[in-house]
Amino acid sequence: MSESERLSVFKTYKLYVGGKFPRSESGRVYEVTDSKGRWLANAPKSSRKDARDAVSAARKAFGGWSGATAYNRGQVLYRVAEMLEGRREQFTAEVAASEGISKAKAAAVVAATVDRWVWYAGWTDKIGQVTGGANPVAGPFFNLSTPEPTGVVTVLAPQDSSFLGLVSVLAPVIATGNTAVVVASERSPLPALSLGEVLATSDVPGGVVNILSGGTAELAAPLAAHQDVNGIDLYGADETLAKELEIAAADNLKRVLRPSPVDFSADPGIGRLTAFLETKTVWHPTGSLGASGSGY
Amino acid sequence: MAFEYAPAPESRSVVDIAPSYGLFIDGEFTDAADGKVFKTVSPATEEVLSEVAQAGAEDVDRAVKAARKAFTKWSALPGAERAKYLFRIARIIQERSRELAVLETLDNGKPIRETRDADLPLVAAHFFYYAGWADKLDHAGFGGNPRPLGVAGQVIPWNFPLLMLAWKIAPALATGNTVVLKPAETTPLSALFFADICRQAGLPRGVVNILPGYGDAGAALVAHEDVDKIAFTGSTAVGKAIARQIAGTDKKVTLELGGKGANIVFDDAPIDQAVEGIVTGIFFNQGQVCCAGSRLLVQESVQDELLDSLKRRLSTLRIGDPLDKNTDLGAINSAEQLARIRTLADAGEAEGAERWSPECELPSSGYWFAPTLFTNVTQAHTVARDEIFGPVLSVLTFRTPDEAVAKANNTQYGLSAGIWTEKGSRILAVANKLRAGVVWANTFNKFDPTSPFGGYKESGHGREGGRHGLEAYLDV
Repeated sequence: MSESERLSVFKTYKLYVGGKFPRSESGRVYEVTDSKGRWLANAPKSSRKDARDAVSAARKAFGGWSGATAYNRGQVLYRVAEMLEGRREQFTAEVAASEGISKAKAAAVVAATVDRWVWYAGWTDKIGQVTGGANPVAGPFFNLSTPEPTGVVTVLAPQDSSFLGLVSVLAPVIATGNTAVVVASERSPLPALSLGEVLATSDVPGGVVNILSGGTAELAAPLAAHQDVNGIDLYGADETLAKELEIAAADNLKRVLRPSPVDFSADPGIGRLTAFLETKTVWHPTGSLGASGSGY
Repeated sequence: MAFEYAPAPESRSVVDIAPSYGLFIDGEFTDAADGKVFKTVSPATEEVLSEVAQAGAEDVDRAVKAARKAFTKWSALPGAERAKYLFRIARIIQERSRELAVLETLDNGKPIRETRDADLPLVAAHFFYYAGWADKLDHAGFGGNPRPLGVAGQVIPWNFPLLMLAWKIAPALATGNTVVLKPAETTPLSALFFADICRQAGLPRGVVNILPGYGDAGAALVAHEDVDKIAFTGSTAVGKAIARQIAGTDKKVTLELGGKGANIVFDDAPIDQAVEGIVTGIFFNQGQVCCAGSRLLVQESVQDELLDSLKRRLSTLRIGDPLDKNTDLGAINSAEQLARIRTLADAGEAEGAERWSPECELPSSGYWFAPTLFTNVTQAHTVARDEIFGPVLSVLTFRTPDEAVAKANNTQYGLSAGIWTEKGSRILAVANKLRAGVVWANTFNKFDPTSPFGGYKESGHGREGGRHGLEAYLDV
């Protein structure tokens, strides 16, 4: 039987929460179409309950992930890049269909995305040296500032850049030790949901990344107001929604990254790495030399 | 027999307080647009110190315009020139430090020992530290040629009036911003004296504007559309209101908010040192410190020994005239604050915690609150959860390091913590797990301009001090 006669197997896209692939609790799906309006798949339309479950999973994973060594986190992230590399064709097809670009262009986007992931994988054990350091206080103290992850971060993925944009906002959040709840591009969620499959088959612990598809505004509202979410990247929200969400985020003083235009093909810099980092400063007495001033 | 201390009052003659002060806008003292004034009193005696112009929305607008106008030239100055202005300010502060220390003690109520030995040296040090950054911003790690933001609106509290001014103004000016600063309504004087220091230093007009006033002036400043950066230190409730207010704008913000710091004493801690650290942690500045170690977590096996020692130590604290060099605890800053402390302490008693204070006589006028300990405190008690902002310590116990960490982190805040143990590895292990911006090991309430300060969670956004403190004032 030739390929043209063979009936293809459709894929049932599912959420990625706590390392598992649940359907939406709501039982709802919505039609995802390509740029010409042709049906691609039904994506789960997540509910507030799914969002809350994702936060619980992210919180549960936070201790282990933030406590892992930076070297270990770098290894795990690099492993994700390896897995992505092997699925380039699949992602190329999904990106081409959802963003309405040619196969060749989509292939370039996917290549850039894999490289972006590798770039961030290399940052895990360097950001502490770049943003932390010893402070020369005027007293007998060893005074050290170190960056630490802020906690559970909600990421509203870019609407138009369903894969390169998604990875550009997600990878820095987890590279620094946060755990993430991602709301995928509303119109083009399929690359994000497939990324969940990649994460599941790499070494990223369950719950570190949780991916929801559905209505951005519907999902973002409970996430911005959630008392156990510590930060929110508003990139995927429009101006009106972003303002509403920022107001809701003030309730527990979440770290907020406001939306501002980004050229995802350019050098990302470290802004997104530092947006969800805290600085912890530890003071420790060093003792002091005797009155003679000599220790020898 | 105990030897009594003879009174050793600091001379008030070094400071000359005028009967009235204006707002400082565009290099000149001026009346408020609506002519409003308010009185500032000495919390220790309730004596009226001076009458001060009260800024309103119109004055805020005038000050922001002056700052905007000054910004063009100030930001274009070579960093080395800005540095020299800041160095001048630092030196003048050192020259006038006794005068400023006495003034601060009169207006705030805190002991002269603290203004003289802690506040003023740190104020000068902050200007020195940030002066040196002004011509080195390319090397601060924020890329080449980082740009200032513009006009900074700064609102500061009454607990460290001049120190908070230094924390705000020094980095803002070093990075090329101009400022409009609103000091707290109960402590406007040292900021107005600072305006005079700006005059002596020859600082260009409009670069620093000082607007004494109430919360409405602060709100107008935060809301002003020509303000590019908000720096606020104060309560978490106001911090949240500010975060809501600036949502959807381009304003950058730093918020230094409340805290309920845990001071953890392990069984192998040097008890005498720990007791001193606990006293510094909660009774420094009458406990009116956002990073105060207001929750003492003591390992059960040393609880009795520690509490006996702590109570003995508290009995030696001297409370009274803040201008007396022997005074350990001064006055509470205002009648309102005193009422708030009383309400929360009463709630502690009502909820079943055990209250203890040393025998001490409080002055008959002014606002006073005796150092207070609560034992039998549970994590659910108000005194273990709410920031009291006064000399009130809640004592909780723990058995294992994990329990200590869990209890320490069981708070909406995340500003400071203390760890007392002889074991270095335990210090670092516990410090790693604490969700707090500043962790003091075998010490407490230490500050330095080179050391970043700021909180996790609801204790705020951003860091002040050190290289990190520059970021908040740069377009990065």
